[in-house]
Amino acid sequence: MTRPTISRAHLVKWLVSSPPLLFLLLFFVAPGIIMVVASFRYPGEFGGLAALYSPTPNLPSGLTAEAYRFFFSDPIYAEIFVKSFAVALATTFICLLMAYPLALLMARSPKRQRDLMVLLVIMPFASNFLIRAYAWMIILGPQSALSRLTNDFLLLFHAGPVPLLFSPVAVLVGMVYVHLPFMILPLYTNLERHDPLLLDAAQDLGASAWQRFWRVTFPLSLPGIFAGSALVFIPALGVFAIPDILGGTHDMLIGNLIKEQFLGTRDWPFGSALSILLTVAALAWAGLAAGLARRWRHYA
Amino acid sequence: MHRSPALWTAAILTYLFLYLPLVIVVAYSFNDSRLNAEWVGFTWHWYRVLLQDAGMLRAAANSLFIAFVASSAATVLGTMAGIAMQRYRLRLLPIMVLSPVAMPEILLGVSLLLFFIQVLNLTLGMLSVIIAHITFCIGFVAVIVRARLVGMDESIFEAARDLGATPWQAFRHVTLPLILPAVIAGFLMSFTLSLDDFVITFFTAGVGVSTLPLQIYSMIKIAVTPEVNAVSTLLMLLTLTLLLLASRIAPDVLKGRAV
Repeated sequence: MTRPTISRAHLVKWLVSSPPLLFLLLFFVAPGIIMVVASFRYPGEFGGLAALYSPTPNLPSGLTAEAYRFFFSDPIYAEIFVKSFAVALATTFICLLMAYPLALLMARSPKRQRDLMVLLVIMPFASNFLIRAYAWMIILGPQSALSRLTNDFLLLFHAGPVPLLFSPVAVLVGMVYVHLPFMILPLYTNLERHDPLLLDAAQDLGASAWQRFWRVTFPLSLPGIFAGSALVFIPALGVFAIPDILGGTHDMLIGNLIKEQFLGTRDWPFGSALSILLTVAALAWAGLAAGLARRWRHYA
Repeated sequence: MHRSPALWTAAILTYLFLYLPLVIVVAYSFNDSRLNAEWVGFTWHWYRVLLQDAGMLRAAANSLFIAFVASSAATVLGTMAGIAMQRYRLRLLPIMVLSPVAMPEILLGVSLLLFFIQVLNLTLGMLSVIIAHITFCIGFVAVIVRARLVGMDESIFEAARDLGATPWQAFRHVTLPLILPAVIAGFLMSFTLSLDDFVITFFTAGVGVSTLPLQIYSMIKIAVTPEVNAVSTLLMLLTLTLLLLASRIAPDVLKGRAV
């Protein structure tokens, strides 16, 4: 009697879990594997990939680590990686500085105000990120009030006019603007759970407002900081549209480099190798953040 | 230190930073000037231009079609994944469901581009975009559905089975009605994400098909006119409506837990 029910339960389990599993195996895992393999192949004569088995011996075929060797042969590529990390780190840090006071205020507000405040954070998030980058194109554009004001001010010190748009600063502003909600929301969910009695106890024990923040609230909020940082840093690392829209020709990041390999020069093995290196970097970062968060939960 | 004026000031500045740019985009969509530089006067002109822009209208129709098909499929697959993740101890599925959401979008875009062209020999177009959108939407639906199931008492499903319901009947009459708000919210969320997606669409659309975000991108890159402001304003209104609808149906979406 038990045997058929067990196999039936198995059948149900299989029926429920296999369709999404198979879909993702086919359209997420397989493309990933193809990309790893592609990074070890030769580029085709007219872009794309060369054949794995070539009938004519004088054409390159088979597998090679040439794309990776090429990456390390010219320091410009490592520089672009370092620059992308620096931009993503700066974005994360500025987002954290801007998000923390707001998240703290939200968490300390009465329940009814809180939902409204969360809604007010999510609403601008609902607009397309291209639109949000475009908004800064208007604000920083050469004819904008901000540009004229800045340059009139600089003129007082006999400094020449500076373009605000198409500069590294514009890229950073755009990056912060687009990613900010990703930092506010996890921070808020963390801060909201803090027990207010802890702060009262600290106050009773004579801790100043500053001490209460640095020795109670801040350490307890570290898991939220790590979660928010991962949610900002990882997408920020792969961005290409924001430098495309707000940056100048020198503001190329990893994302732009990868895009160029696939759609411009069509060097697919090199583009794949860059993508693999980016994946490894992003995974290492995510692992680091998760590890730190877990370790901290032990203390807290 | 409770809610000190300093905290209020910092928070209000952050809100201003979040809203001012969007207010400017919306305001200039009604501005009677080709330049997004200063206010000249009110006009509907750019909306009229927009409604006569055949390319833009086709892109809008494509976007809606893709979003509808992709989010329908993602809702079915994501609901299955959410139930499976909650009910069974699976190792592989949660990782595979959440990874496409957690990694830089460009990676999913280029790996699908390679796969479609190299392995499937597929001409990039509507179909490749739809498949790509399903891939990243499944995770969002699964998370929302799972969050709804977490708070539920498993014994009512067992009770239905003990009373002789087949697994399908138990799902149809017990599980589904209970998770329906989450399923609908997941659908609306996927619809919004698909409608809004630029990066993955950019790599998987080829030259065959254009969507609203692709159209907006090329306009920003080539020739900026306030028509961009007008289409941005309309798209913002649409996504906002969908998002508010989703949060009405499943309040969890708004708590930041599902984002």
